[in-house]
Amino acid sequence: MSKHRIELRAAPHQHSGHSVPTIMRNVVYSMLPICGFSVWQYGLSALALLLTVTATCLATERLLNRNANTLGDWSAAITGILLGLTLPPAFPLWMAIVAGFVAIAIGKAMFGGLGHNPFNPALVGRAFVQAAFPVAITTWVPAFSANRFSEFVPTTFTAPLMMPPDIVGWVKQQGVDAFTGATPLARWKFENVTASAHDLLTGAVTASAGETSALLILACGAYLAIRKFMDWRIPVAVLGSAALTAWAFQMVDPTHYPTPLFVLLSGGLMIGAIYMATDMATSPVTPVGVWIYGGIIGVMTVIIRYFGGLTEGVMYAILLGNALTPLIDRYTQPRVYGTGKDKP
Amino acid sequence: MRLPFFNRTPTFDHGIHPVYHKETGHLPVRRFPFAPKLYVSLEQHIGKPAIAVVSVGQEVLRGELIAKPDGLFSLPIHAPATGIIEALEPMPSDNGEMEMCIVIRVYEADTQEVQVRYPHDLENLSGRELALVMQEVGVAGKGGATFPTHAKLIPPNGCTIDTIIVNGAECEPFLTCDHRVMVERAQDIMEGIKYARRVCGAPRAIIGVEDNKMDAVAALEAALPADGSVSVKVVETKYPQGAAETLITALLGREVPAGKRSSSIGVVMNNVMTLAYMGRLLPLGEGMTERIVTIAGPSVERPGNYIVPLGTPLRFLLEYVGARSSATEVILGGPMMGTTIPSVDVPITKGVCGVLAFGKKDATPPHIYPCIHCGECVNACPKKLNPTQMGLLAAKREYDVMAEQFMLGECFECGCCSYVCPSHIPLVQQFRVAKYFLKNREKVT
Repeated sequence: MSKHRIELRAAPHQHSGHSVPTIMRNVVYSMLPICGFSVWQYGLSALALLLTVTATCLATERLLNRNANTLGDWSAAITGILLGLTLPPAFPLWMAIVAGFVAIAIGKAMFGGLGHNPFNPALVGRAFVQAAFPVAITTWVPAFSANRFSEFVPTTFTAPLMMPPDIVGWVKQQGVDAFTGATPLARWKFENVTASAHDLLTGAVTASAGETSALLILACGAYLAIRKFMDWRIPVAVLGSAALTAWAFQMVDPTHYPTPLFVLLSGGLMIGAIYMATDMATSPVTPVGVWIYGGIIGVMTVIIRYFGGLTEGVMYAILLGNALTPLIDRYTQPRVYGTGKDKP
Repeated sequence: MRLPFFNRTPTFDHGIHPVYHKETGHLPVRRFPFAPKLYVSLEQHIGKPAIAVVSVGQEVLRGELIAKPDGLFSLPIHAPATGIIEALEPMPSDNGEMEMCIVIRVYEADTQEVQVRYPHDLENLSGRELALVMQEVGVAGKGGATFPTHAKLIPPNGCTIDTIIVNGAECEPFLTCDHRVMVERAQDIMEGIKYARRVCGAPRAIIGVEDNKMDAVAALEAALPADGSVSVKVVETKYPQGAAETLITALLGREVPAGKRSSSIGVVMNNVMTLAYMGRLLPLGEGMTERIVTIAGPSVERPGNYIVPLGTPLRFLLEYVGARSSATEVILGGPMMGTTIPSVDVPITKGVCGVLAFGKKDATPPHIYPCIHCGECVNACPKKLNPTQMGLLAAKREYDVMAEQFMLGECFECGCCSYVCPSHIPLVQQFRVAKYFLKNREKVT
């Protein structure tokens, strides 16, 4: 014994084994099926989009953290994939590069990197391109077109700093019946036509690359929740409050407002609730705060969708929730054991 | 969140489920040999150190008083073996400081029976007189806090004690000595409860045992007194179930008010082994000369529970149980709250419940990531503090804010926050530093 070095450490001497890279890596794994489904639906363009955005995010992260290699924590990879999934599949790649750079540089690195960002970086990137390129980000392409694995959508390779070409003619050539170029939410808003729950669950609708199949996203989220890599309370709060709000509106005017099920399954609510609202750095830590935060996001999503100029409200609802997080945390401090009046 | 319509095992909120490694729980307690020299520390309890009453060169018999208590809040020390006093010298202790020890060279040919006893007639004593007799036995809290047991049992002025809680939770991983005591010495525990109830005047006693020790529950139930004053309650296996606050909440649904002792809500808590030794030694008038220690860990070849004479140096102890040469970290106590020792010359004292040896496997300290605000620590803290905020504040040395706004003083350093932190931030370690800083600044100003 005495010949050997003895280590002095402070208790506790055991650890759960969970680490930041483990959590982040598992989130990445859980998103791979969604990516796969997206590529199967939209073909080469979606693949190029996802790879470009992720590569941009990783490169930006590496570039802005020259002193320490922070790629090992996998958080930049999550931002990249998540951002890619929220963009339209035929989004021009140069715009995707802008989105990825903004997400990491302005959304994250500027604040001090992992854990210090007040807003979800992927959403910061998306909000930027939504404001900068409003047409490109609402140009949708049909899923399951015949040539999706042999040719790119013309908009994908738009020359840098150029606006994408018009693809109406190209879409007609694809021979996809009944493609309207509008998302289910837009069709509801402007034409008062709601998509069927079956289509929304299985992804047979027009949407961003990763927002199509609510069922798949739910399954991937369930994996994360069961492995305890995600706080299950946040998606439950977001989806629950969104459904309740939608239900209340439908009670008031059933002819105009859609069913809660449509609200839950359409647009980006599912991926937003499961992957974006749950971003640990930007969500509250207190048990009560988590429910309030989720509740605000759900309600705001429905209100923006119903009364805002945009068809989709998840992004801004989550950013608003992020902004409120420090305040929520501050006012929902847990009652310390042995204090307070409810127990003697 | 406790749901009223589920009849669940009583427990507390939050906490963690570490890997328990209770492999030694089925091994019977074995007696440990005497080391050639015993180093008997004078500071084996919280409170004033004992005062040595022997001189170098003097011969002592096992059980003989070798140090007397310094006032009520102190304990005597008895010779753990028959031998000769070789020296009175400072030796390293588990907290890194040198502590005065009485060094006894053990007579090898002696049978080492307990030869000196100080019996009293216990029947006609009042509660307070009984407490003073208890002090002579020298039992300190065996869970690790080493609070003098007699002092704990005397109700403070204005408090009535209605319940004694006997802590058999043993929530620390690896440790099984309390488990074995409950299985093998249930009768002693009942005796100890009887005396403890006489001192503090409590009408009932509840023994709380985690549900991973059902054989201990069976042994205790078989030994319960007929009058129904003592009961055994099974609680959920969860760390830190064995902390005073959490076990009281689990068993009684009461919370100990912040900054106060459990006696303020009428509860006294004792460890099972404390009361087992009290029940065994008090009627005989015998002093504490040994205790049961769990010796385990991946680097120990013959792990188990051993009756170890007080003052046995760890060097001897580890050699006897076959510590592998890979052992780089030796912990006194459990892996969640125990301390690593700076030297293998540290002797066993009354508060050591476990000796664990860990190997090189986990020697590299993990990379510390920034806090990602996952809230795991908030959901683990049994005191419902906010370790996330306190950790961020500690990094900036805002110790006053931690104490004033986030109730740092309520932290009892169970280590759940550091255990769950995916960023490997040393949260409880920082809190300890903060508390130490504030305490010492108070002393100075």
